[in-house]
Order: sequence, then C-alpha cells, then structure tokens
Amino acid sequence: MTTEQDLYAGASDTTEGRVFTVTGQDWDSLVESIGSDAGADERIVVNMGPQHPSTHGVLRLILELEGETVTEARCGIGYLHTGIEKNMEFRSWVQGVTFCTRMDYLAPFHNELTYCLGVERLLDIEDQIPEKANVMRVLLSELNRISSHLVAIATGGMEIGALTVMTIGFRERELVLDLFELITGLRMNHAFFRPGGVAQDLPPGALDEIRDFVALMKKRLPEYADLCNANPIFKARLENVGHLDLAGCLALGITGPVLRSTGYAWDLRKTQPYSGYDEYDFDVQTWDTCDSYGRFRIRLNEMWESLKIIEQAAERLAGLEGAPVMVADKKIAWPSQLAIGSDGMGNSLDHIRHIMGESMEALIHHFKLVTEGFRVPPGQAYVPVESPRGELGAHVVSDGGTKPFRAHFRDPSFTNLQATSVMSEGGMVADVIVAIASIDPVMGGVDR
Amino acid sequence: MTDEKKPDQPAVEQSPENLPAPTGPTGSGQVETVGVRTGMFGVQGTGDTSGYGGLVSPVAFPAAAQRPFGGWFDVVADGLDGLIEKVVIHRGEITFHVHRDNLTAVAKKLRDDPALRFELLSGVSGVHYPDDHGRELHAVYHLLSMTWNRRVRVEVSVPDADPHLPSLIATYPTADWHERETWDFFGIIFDGHPALTRIQMPDDWPGHPQRKDYPLGGIPVEYKGATIPPPDQRRSYN
Repeated sequence: MTTEQDLYAGASDTTEGRVFTVTGQDWDSLVESIGSDAGADERIVVNMGPQHPSTHGVLRLILELEGETVTEARCGIGYLHTGIEKNMEFRSWVQGVTFCTRMDYLAPFHNELTYCLGVERLLDIEDQIPEKANVMRVLLSELNRISSHLVAIATGGMEIGALTVMTIGFRERELVLDLFELITGLRMNHAFFRPGGVAQDLPPGALDEIRDFVALMKKRLPEYADLCNANPIFKARLENVGHLDLAGCLALGITGPVLRSTGYAWDLRKTQPYSGYDEYDFDVQTWDTCDSYGRFRIRLNEMWESLKIIEQAAERLAGLEGAPVMVADKKIAWPSQLAIGSDGMGNSLDHIRHIMGESMEALIHHFKLVTEGFRVPPGQAYVPVESPRGELGAHVVSDGGTKPFRAHFRDPSFTNLQATSVMSEGGMVADVIVAIASIDPVMGGVDR
Repeated sequence: MTDEKKPDQPAVEQSPENLPAPTGPTGSGQVETVGVRTGMFGVQGTGDTSGYGGLVSPVAFPAAAQRPFGGWFDVVADGLDGLIEKVVIHRGEITFHVHRDNLTAVAKKLRDDPALRFELLSGVSGVHYPDDHGRELHAVYHLLSMTWNRRVRVEVSVPDADPHLPSLIATYPTADWHERETWDFFGIIFDGHPALTRIQMPDDWPGHPQRKDYPLGGIPVEYKGATIPPPDQRRSYN
C-alpha cells in the first residue's frame, strides 16, 4: 500500500510534507517510501491516539518530534463527550446525580458529592444533613480515593511495562469495588449520594467487611512500596520526568497530587473542609521533587491516609446504628426505600405498607417527589471537593425550577491535562507517557 | 379564589410539614426578577384540564447586596473599587458582577494585589439566560486565593448579539481550555485567545449546544409518522 491513496488525509489536506499512515502494511515498504522522499528531515508529526493503550483513555496526542525528542505536544480531546451537563438540564435535581456519577468514572462518589453539596447549599440545608450521611459520604469518598489511586498507579505502571504493578493494582481495586457493591449495590455509577443525604443505610455486616479490607490493605500496600519505591528501573523512568513547579501549577490551574508534588500542602479536605472532614485525623501528603516519581509517592501515601480516615469513619458508624441517613425535611428527602427480599433487591415492603396503608401524606410526598421532584431556590453555588485528581467542583445554577438550570463541572482532569505540553516538550517520546500517567487524567471527566 | 371564600384548612395544623415552603431568598431579602415561569406541568391551552397551566410566577434571583458585606467580603470589594457593577451575596458566596470592559483589569487586580492574591482560576462556566434581555450570555469565573483561603465568583454578561469578552489567558493561562469550552458550548467569543477553536464538539459542528435555544431534535418512530418530541418540548414539570 502506498500513501498516495491515503484514506485519512489526502495530499490536499496537509500544508507541508507527506502523510504516512501506519495501518499494518509492510514496514519495509514504508521505510523505503520515507527514505525515497527527497528532502525528508528528522522532523515528523506523530498522531498518537485516540485509540492507544498508553494514552490513558481516548486521548489524542499530536506530537512533533525531532528524532526521539518531543518539540511540541498538543492534546486533542472531546472523543468521550457525551453532553452530560446538557442532559442534566432536562432531569430532576435528584436524577442529576445519576448523570454526574458517570463523568469521572474512576471517582464517581466525588462527582456526586460536589453536586450534592452544591444543591444542598442552594436549598440551604447544609446544616441539616444527618451525621451518619456525612460519615458515610466521607467513608465512601475515601474508599473511592483508594480505588482511583490504585488505577492511577496500576495503569501508570502498565504503561511503562511494570505489569506486576498493574495486576496487583487491579487486584486490590476489586476489593474496593466489592465494598461499593455491598454498600450501594453497584461497582460504579452508583448514584448513591442524593441531595439531602445518601440513598440507603449501611447493609448489615458492612462494617466488618470494611475492617477486614483495611486490615488486608495494610498488608498489601507495602507490596507497592517494595515493588516500586527503590526499584532502579522504576525510578529511572519516573524521576525528573514531567517536571512542573509551583508557579507553573498555579498558572495552569493544576491541583491535586501534581500540585502537592511541588511541596505545597494544598488539600481542600484540610483547607476548606466539607462533610465534616475537619473531624478526622489525617495528614496532607506532599513531596518536593515536582516530578512523576513524587506524584507516585504521594498517591501511595495518600492511600495510607485514606485508610486512617476509613478506620475513624467505621468507628463512628459503629456508634450510629439506626441513625437517619437522609435529611428530615420531607419536601426534599427521597422517599423511596429499597430492601432485600427473597427474590433480590426491590421496593421495601415496609415503605409500601406505610404509603399505601398508613399515611396519605407519605403517599403524596412520594408521588410528588418522584414525579415532580423538589424546587431549588434561584441562585448559584460552587462547592468544590478534593477528588483524587484535584479540585472537582460543580457550578450549580437554579432558576427555581425542578431541574438544574445549568450544571457545570470543573473537572481536575480537564484542567490538569493542559500541563501536557509543558511537562513533555523537550523530553523523549517515552517520557510523554510517564508525564501524562502522572497527571492521571480520566477522559470521562475531561470530556463529560 | 377570593379572600372571603377561603376554606378552613385544618390539615395544616395537623401536619405542618405540608405548609408551602417560604418563598424568596434568605440572603439579602431582596430579589431581582429576570423572567416568569408559567404553568406547572408543561401543558398549555385545551390540553390542560387542571387549571394549573394558568399559573404565572416570577423567576427571582438574589439581588445586589449593600455595604457592609461583612468579613473579608469588604476587603475584596475595596480592592476592586470602581470596577464592579454590583455585588451579590447568596448562601455565603460572593459574586462580583463586572462589566466586560473591566474584566482584564479585575483579573489582574485579583491576582496581583497583595491584599487579594487570587492565585488560582478554577475555570470559566457559561450560562445562557435567554430571558435576561441584553445580557443573555454569562461567563462565570471561580477564583481561589490560597494565601487567604477565600473564594470569589466573578460574573460577566454579554448580549447575544455581541458575544465578545476579553480573554484572561494573559493573567491566568489556565483559562485557555476553559474559554475554548465556553466558546464551543455557548458561542462566547474570547478576544485575544490565541486559538479559539472547538474543544469538545467536532471541529465542523454547527451551533453551540449548551445554549437554551439549541435545537435538540426528536426521534421519529416507525408508527404512523409519530415522533418522540425533543426533551425541551416534552410534557414535564417546569
């Protein structure tokens, strides 16, 4: 196959040079045709992705190379754009959770949390959220931070060829997802946090499972340190790669582990606590190397801190048995209850008996909230949370209706990905992969 | 219903949770009407047998706050003196409404003034208010001062007919992709942006999908020419 009849870019589509398409043809003929190109130089533009196992999702990288050195790097995004924000404008406030949980699919609870906190601020019920709901939110958020960091470390390892890191990373993540399944019923896309609280109480036995998980993680987490921390190949690939200092981070709006790898201890859980994070004992992890290795170590250390928070949250939950998990205001609290029967999970028979046989008001509330939903007073709110990738915030605007007038998510992956150019230009092609893996972008959050 | 024919409502005493929620914002106690909401179920005319279709209620947003704003709000407002159109304080968050001619000056001041030091621009969020005549398109900037641990919101509005805003890239380079996204979805043109191209939608996409007037399209059903109407025309609570 010659490149003269190229399906992807005709001669008229390029402003300079020829287009070579690599689609599984004979490499010899490709090399020959490059060699025969008079005036060919070392400068080539490579289109990497959007379907590429090393670009961390459907991310398209446009790299200009001088030999093996990257002179310019640009991102092409939007391949996973699904219009979630637009969709949310046509669903009720509660249904919005079901949409936004799908954005950053590795941190679904953080998406739900920032949205719910925004809606709760507009409803002016921030002080009425029951303690147990807050503790459960913290517990699930921290479990989610562990599962997200595990994927970051696992895929980051896989992309540089450390396959054992990948397999053990996903092995432990599976344990977290099992806990999610136990508590929320789903491994991802939970829609578990609702404006006003959480959807359900903890199932029986969940606290024991969580304690077992924490005990197991304390044995397993040192394996990552043993495999990676002092591994000369791992360090050679990560150290001094993807360098970005504090001034660069702030100019580009970078938050999360990348910002903390500059030694600046900025973590919204500490600086602007939400959901009662100020009541937990944990430390903000920093590193002072500004590079990919530092970001890896921060993620590893943050998992230990998350375990600390989970232990404290489990301790508190043990003393909160039977406490409410939803705001008492019946105009807001989602009425429907689920229970596990002999044929699996379904409507709670107690709840059906209550609304059908005992209380007319309960039936009306159930009907009105499920069909119409609640109205949120006009205004706008922005309550960011510390997601595993940085500042995640929902700008929620209401015009007083039963649906969001506008919900915009400031996703940290989207913003942090802007650092691709500055992190990888001047380095080698192989370092681009490491630099992007250290940002840990999740394309579902980038494109929304 | 006239006053003299008001029926007794013992149900209210029996179950006070059924009382209607108090209307109006709790912040400054002032409201600013930007539109009206009619009906309740999205049904108008003869299809509406409930009578609720005739409901008319104003859409009232929190109105401008008066000095003193309280706490550090005044410090920031002092720093921006003369550059602000109005200040809205709602639910503990402060919003500075700024004219677009002052936007670059405000951003520079917010970043560089030692008393303000808003180092981080969290992003730009577009909002389309089709009923807010003459200022339909709003760009909302969220800023964070890590030095002082404060957050403010800066809001700029432009008319649909002239959707031009100055780009903030010179002050906050992070605005690059956020402004491209706002252009992509709302059609706000950021003057001075080095490469204002689409970022989420395909390059050849027509229109700006997050605008309220963007046609959504229904789905034809293969049954006697029926269609599923687009979501904004479906019958729903409004």
